[in-house]
Amino acid sequence: MYPQVLFQNRKPNRIATIDEYRQSGGYKALTMAIQKYSPKEVQQIVIDANLQGRGGAGFPAGLKWKSVADNFPFPRYIISNIDEYEPGTFKDRVMTHTDPHMIIEGMILSGYAVSAEAGIIFVRPSYENSAVILERELKIAREAGYLGRNILGSHFSFYLIVHRSGGRYICGEGTAQINAIMGKRAHPVQSPIRSTEKGLWDKPTVLNNMETLVNVPHIVRHGAEWFKNLAKTKTSSGTKLYCVSGKVNRPGCFELPMGTRLSEIIDEYAGGMLSGHEFKTCLPGGASTLYLPKKYYDVEMDFDSVKKVGNRLGTGAIIVFDQRTCLVAATLNLIEFFVRESCGWCTPCREALPFIRDLLWRIEAGEGKEEFIPILRRMSQHTWKSYCAFAPGATMPVTSLLDHFQEEVHEHINQKKCPFKA
Amino acid sequence: MLPRELLEILQKRIASVEHPRELAVDTMLASQNHYGYLSDEALEEAARLLDMTPLELEELATFYDFIYREPVGRFVIHVCDGVVCWMNGYDSVLDYLLRKLGIKPGETTEDGLFTILPTACIGYCDLSPAMLINGRAYGPLTPEKIDDILNRLRAEPPKPRMAR
Repeated sequence: MYPQVLFQNRKPNRIATIDEYRQSGGYKALTMAIQKYSPKEVQQIVIDANLQGRGGAGFPAGLKWKSVADNFPFPRYIISNIDEYEPGTFKDRVMTHTDPHMIIEGMILSGYAVSAEAGIIFVRPSYENSAVILERELKIAREAGYLGRNILGSHFSFYLIVHRSGGRYICGEGTAQINAIMGKRAHPVQSPIRSTEKGLWDKPTVLNNMETLVNVPHIVRHGAEWFKNLAKTKTSSGTKLYCVSGKVNRPGCFELPMGTRLSEIIDEYAGGMLSGHEFKTCLPGGASTLYLPKKYYDVEMDFDSVKKVGNRLGTGAIIVFDQRTCLVAATLNLIEFFVRESCGWCTPCREALPFIRDLLWRIEAGEGKEEFIPILRRMSQHTWKSYCAFAPGATMPVTSLLDHFQEEVHEHINQKKCPFKA
Repeated sequence: MLPRELLEILQKRIASVEHPRELAVDTMLASQNHYGYLSDEALEEAARLLDMTPLELEELATFYDFIYREPVGRFVIHVCDGVVCWMNGYDSVLDYLLRKLGIKPGETTEDGLFTILPTACIGYCDLSPAMLINGRAYGPLTPEKIDDILNRLRAEPPKPRMAR
């Protein structure tokens, strides 16, 4: 068992209380920061710790904070979310049900680091219970003096609210999320000005993944070196909340050192493959990553190592497929999801994804032709011209199906049926 | 019309923020929670509260999966059709539910109790195949579990409404 940092207060079927969080050192980082460190110093500690954004891009959180320049206007905002619509991803939900005050302290500290006045936690409707938990615990944190005016007797004031979403995948895109919070239709913005300069209500706004922020209190308390040493690989730092789902014995969310090997995560923590099922492939970081060929079963799961094998760590949500699952059908399911969740605003996404869906549907139904394969590739290329990263992400399962499982696609075409169906 | 008590709560909240439309989704959800779904009249009423045009609010209402612009049953069953649930038997779960309730996706049972809506990944991949009913998640689903859940919901008394 590796040291548990984010899940140190995890209990079966119970949420840690503020007292339990405090007994484990909770809110000490906030006290330290306010008494000892300037906002700039907090930024520097987080930069030194190399805290990479856990939402998928891996951009260093401290550098993002630093991009809010001194002369940028006020008020400034912090946004985080418990929205994770990425299929396979449920870490934020587990985190909320484990230790909500770690989320709250992480947000207050990030607010302090960029001199923000308010923070917003954006919550999807299927996580209504998370919204209720957070609202209840926010009230407790306010009463304890950690939130509101003059926090812990300092000059720093910070307010934190829960914003309920109506439920759409695209709200996970930064500019779309800002639009959603402002009560506008959640379309991404084409070539936006950086939100750290002009975001919510045209004011500097920092968006961080929730998992990124829960690391901040620990970094402030224990230092950058300690945080870096938590990881297994040199280029990464900290621990990671890996979600494992699919054909494994114990699907779940596990806190492990960043860079833990995929094989170890699946075999030891997720209990290995279901009896009679063999590992065929996985999506290593949610639906908008690529099918990982079996030869990389030992890959170290951090941003750089997964990139080196031509894939993406994404959210670290590992969806495991077995030898009996048809990958054409799986990709059809994934693209169906993306077609439905596309906001429809820009043409490459709105038009190319349904086109791809129809071709895949025909292949799966036994009506495929060889000439579909280059069309699928060409259509996938077109999506890179869309406004946001949604559509290119949507085509990652498609292009990796063609790259790594082309034989399976050919079998469908040649046999004029799905070989997995009797 | 919304009951006075609820109306006052909403008006107070809206008055407390700088930009009323940031509460658009909250207001629609509150109205929907009261009426059961967001009818044309409910949408217009919510738009007036938010100082938005009905069209502006409609743009949002039709965008979101969990705002119901058509009547739904007392229990809205969102069956997850995300890739993990699909892999773990979504088809048979949906098929079983449809046969059991005698409806098609998007329809409501004659007694007004259940509506079935296939839904994008609900974030319960560790409990797949999963579904969400009135905000509560259930899984991993089996026919026996589904029977048990439906029976328990049928026996649940309707929730009391605020006085008008």
